[in-house]
Amino acid sequence: MIEVQEVGRSFTVGRRRDRRTVHAVRDLSFTVGAGEFVGYLGPNGAGKSTTIKMLTGILAPTTGRIEVAGLDPSRRRTALARRIGVVFGQRTTLWWDLPLRDSFELIRHLYKVDRVVFRERLEELSSLLGLGDFMATPVRQLSLGQRMRGDVTAALLHDPAVLVLDEPTIGLDVVSKAAMREFLSRRNAEHGTTVLLTTHDLGDIERLCRRVMLIDHGHLAFDGTLDDLRATVPEEKSIEDVVARLYTGQATTGA
Amino acid sequence: MADTVRTYLLLAWTWLRASAQYPGPLITMAVGAFAINMLDVVAIWVIFEHTPSLAGFGLAEVMFLYGTSSLSFAVSDMLFGNLDRLSQHIRTGSFDAMLIRPASAFVQMAVDRFSVHRFGRITQAVIVLAIALPRLDLPWSRAWAVPPMILCGIVIFSSLFALAGAAQFLLTDAPEVANAFTYGGSTLTQYPLSVYGRDLVRGVTFVVPLAFVNWQPALFVLDRPDPLGLPYWLRFVSPLAALTLAAVAALAWRAGVRRYRSTGS
Repeated sequence: MIEVQEVGRSFTVGRRRDRRTVHAVRDLSFTVGAGEFVGYLGPNGAGKSTTIKMLTGILAPTTGRIEVAGLDPSRRRTALARRIGVVFGQRTTLWWDLPLRDSFELIRHLYKVDRVVFRERLEELSSLLGLGDFMATPVRQLSLGQRMRGDVTAALLHDPAVLVLDEPTIGLDVVSKAAMREFLSRRNAEHGTTVLLTTHDLGDIERLCRRVMLIDHGHLAFDGTLDDLRATVPEEKSIEDVVARLYTGQATTGA
Repeated sequence: MADTVRTYLLLAWTWLRASAQYPGPLITMAVGAFAINMLDVVAIWVIFEHTPSLAGFGLAEVMFLYGTSSLSFAVSDMLFGNLDRLSQHIRTGSFDAMLIRPASAFVQMAVDRFSVHRFGRITQAVIVLAIALPRLDLPWSRAWAVPPMILCGIVIFSSLFALAGAAQFLLTDAPEVANAFTYGGSTLTQYPLSVYGRDLVRGVTFVVPLAFVNWQPALFVLDRPDPLGLPYWLRFVSPLAALTLAAVAALAWRAGVRRYRSTGS
């Protein structure tokens, strides 16, 4: 479903004399099959968001080849948009001044979802995520938890084959977080939606992801199951400590 | 193409409905835009209190030039003016949100926050033209050229807005540079170009084709010899100039999106 082959992305930063090239991602390769639920980990600035942006077609890779749902994201961006759903936890993709209901209606038109099908899906998502109380509220007045549920709904109304989530639980309280995890897990199990999720919350990973990829300095440093990940640092008990060791480079990883 | 127009109208309608919840500020802004631009007309009128002609053009003729330029600019500003706020959208990350939708980012950007205050300037331009046109007493053999001239002007200004947007993929820090060409171009074409220096007129004829917004076609409509002695056929080149500029703008926008860098995180 997602194929990344020897992908690199560099940025030129600075001006004139102190101009230099930063490699946000280099020589990155991985494959995600249909129906997988993959966690994508890495310290700040490791290249997670850059990868997400390349997978969704926002950024074009400098080198290498990407295929998502059978399409080259940066070249077929609008066609790809119909097959994937994207959620940025840090900021909404909804229309700030529009009531949630209007945002969804707009999405129905943009994605050309049939009216009847749309109503069924919205009803299902709305009852699962409990949107009923704030459907008429403009997005800017929603709490973070409400907004995130709105964003997730918006990303699923066209029933995408792939769901890309960039920190979907950031800033959520314990209860909202648990509800979000429960929802994502069911979505993956019942609809077979392929999910790629980045997070700094290892609870997300432990409860959701059968497979973990860890990126560091633009390289894939680990790719395997959660148990494999634990096994890389046998002397550490908690997954937090294992990941901390990996981030600070105090462990040898066998990917 | 039909799909693009549909998306534009759909988004515009949604924004209009959302903004209708707060009619007060919108009406104030529309009236404000109307009043501020009417000051331009007062300025022209004051000039003609002191002189019977400006670079050989009478009051009605100058108002005709002002009205055509203003109408073309106002329509393209309404449709595409938001493009020159691209750097703002890039900085806040809302441009990323447009890129993940199955619709042209160009259209989404152009129509973002569409509201009625964008109509204020159009009303003013229409009024000016409505006053100027009857006073010119144009024969049909020349008057036919007015609508195509305004249309070409719209395409030229719209292309300039698109270019201004495309430039901001590179100049995220200095969006105002582009304003020199859009708003500057609008102000420049409100007067007979012959009041400016010869080199400037050549520049806006052959480099940035502002002379084709209204000046060259107006020479035909008003049946005037070119004060700078440029060839007669230039008066009919506006459609070609407009389409060429539109093509350049489309390529520039495409290249800009292609090399878009997004923001951190």
